[in-house]
Amino acid sequence: MMSQPILTVAHVDLGYGSLKVVFDFSLQVAEGELVGLVGGNGSGKSTVLRAISGMIRPWSGQILFDGKEVSGAKPHQMAMRGLAHVPMGRQLFPNMSVHENLMLGAYLPEARARREESLAQVHELFPDLAKYARSPAGELSGGQQQMVAIARALMLRPKMLIMDEPSLGLSPILVKEVMASIRRVSQTGLPILLVEQNVKQVLAVSDRAYVLENGKQVLDGPSRDLEGDPMIKKAYLGL
Amino acid sequence: MAELVSLLQNLSNGLLIGGVYAMIGVGLTLIFGVMRTINFAHGDFVVMGMYTAFVFNMILGWDPYFSLLVALPAGFLMGVLLERVVLAPIVDKPHETSLLATLGISLIIGNALLLIFGGESKSVHVDYASMALSLGEVKISVILLIAGGVTALVIGGLYLLLHYTEFGRSIRATAENRLGAELVGINTRRIQGAVFGLGMMLAMTAGVALIPLLFATPTATGPILTLKAFVVIVLGGLGRVGAAVAGGLVLGMVEVMGAAYIASAYRDAYGLLFFLIILLFKPEGLFGRSVKRV
Repeated sequence: MMSQPILTVAHVDLGYGSLKVVFDFSLQVAEGELVGLVGGNGSGKSTVLRAISGMIRPWSGQILFDGKEVSGAKPHQMAMRGLAHVPMGRQLFPNMSVHENLMLGAYLPEARARREESLAQVHELFPDLAKYARSPAGELSGGQQQMVAIARALMLRPKMLIMDEPSLGLSPILVKEVMASIRRVSQTGLPILLVEQNVKQVLAVSDRAYVLENGKQVLDGPSRDLEGDPMIKKAYLGL
Repeated sequence: MAELVSLLQNLSNGLLIGGVYAMIGVGLTLIFGVMRTINFAHGDFVVMGMYTAFVFNMILGWDPYFSLLVALPAGFLMGVLLERVVLAPIVDKPHETSLLATLGISLIIGNALLLIFGGESKSVHVDYASMALSLGEVKISVILLIAGGVTALVIGGLYLLLHYTEFGRSIRATAENRLGAELVGINTRRIQGAVFGLGMMLAMTAGVALIPLLFATPTATGPILTLKAFVVIVLGGLGRVGAAVAGGLVLGMVEVMGAAYIASAYRDAYGLLFFLIILLFKPEGLFGRSVKRV
């Protein structure tokens, strides 16, 4: 039995120009869940994320966030509604200090009012951040930057977090570290949608997952079950 | 001794005129940073500042610097309006679209001024035009001093705004990473309007500061100043306010030194020649860093 979903994507078709890349896709994330959305390169998973955070508008179907229809809202409006997005490539402010990056995470009035409190919480989750507070974000290593990106998203005090390929470009050790930190964030009760190519890692940390292939949903279910699925083993885990 | 005095004299003149160039360049670089487009109407905004001072002086007899009271808010509002009406609708089009749009704004401003005021050059004479402050044997023109003071105040204020206010921080964030800014909840379209307003305000302020020193000629002065502003920001290093200030000071210095020690007729050429040399040997600008991407 699932509790009230924070995010519902219902039968969306998505695309760019005249090219359709995602077909009749549906997904739900419930309160407190860590949900994975996995698939290979070009499977359409980032496109789904872009639609959720308002960078593109769905061709058809519905997206409901926190009980309200949001198709067509702009990214900054989605942030205002409480959706934090850790984008692909992190998209930090490279010449600004880590501290300033975090402050900007709490740009919106509601988050700003509780900025110090959020900062303390974020530092508790990522103790290393305090060490780099004064360094320009662009000078940190890829793994450290990923932590800053997640921390910046948390500064919004969001109702939900979505993450696009947080392991991209990181060494295997750092991928493990990032995944562990995502798990820690999830344990605070924040619902998370994690989009990744790294199927093995996602299935290891998530509660449930959806598998996209060529823009179509091919599998979904509890991550533990998917880990044992013969098709997943063959196609993604190399077993 | 006389040589030292004239060197100091030229240095101070170069610094003060360079400050005004800096103010023009800072606006252009802010607009470039946030909108990724070169504003070809920037010099015409400066000319509008010059005409504002001219008109208020002619009709109401105002001291040109007094018209800053009008030029500052009017510049900001007109910039916001221009962005909203002309540039915002084409924000998703390729870069050359907005480039051409600003060129269009430049043509319209230049020709509108020509239509209203005629082609004759305009300036404003002030009683203190020939007054100078003596520091030993070095004489610093009062007008230049005021222009330098206005510049220092405006650029100082801008620095405080950009670094110590939420609004300024959101401008810098938008310039550094538009998508990142949008995702933390910054309405980057609104920032874009505000930055165009700020840029136009700075340009018009520079125009007011320049009118007792320079003649304003519709359609002619604007493009020259746009070119200079472009030199200033590329000279310093594109997209950064501090670099534009430095670029402005360097350009002012090069022009004044060239005019004083080589031949004064080629004043505008020295800046361009120097610019060319810098581009050959240090294409990222004098104070530029290679672009960092995250």
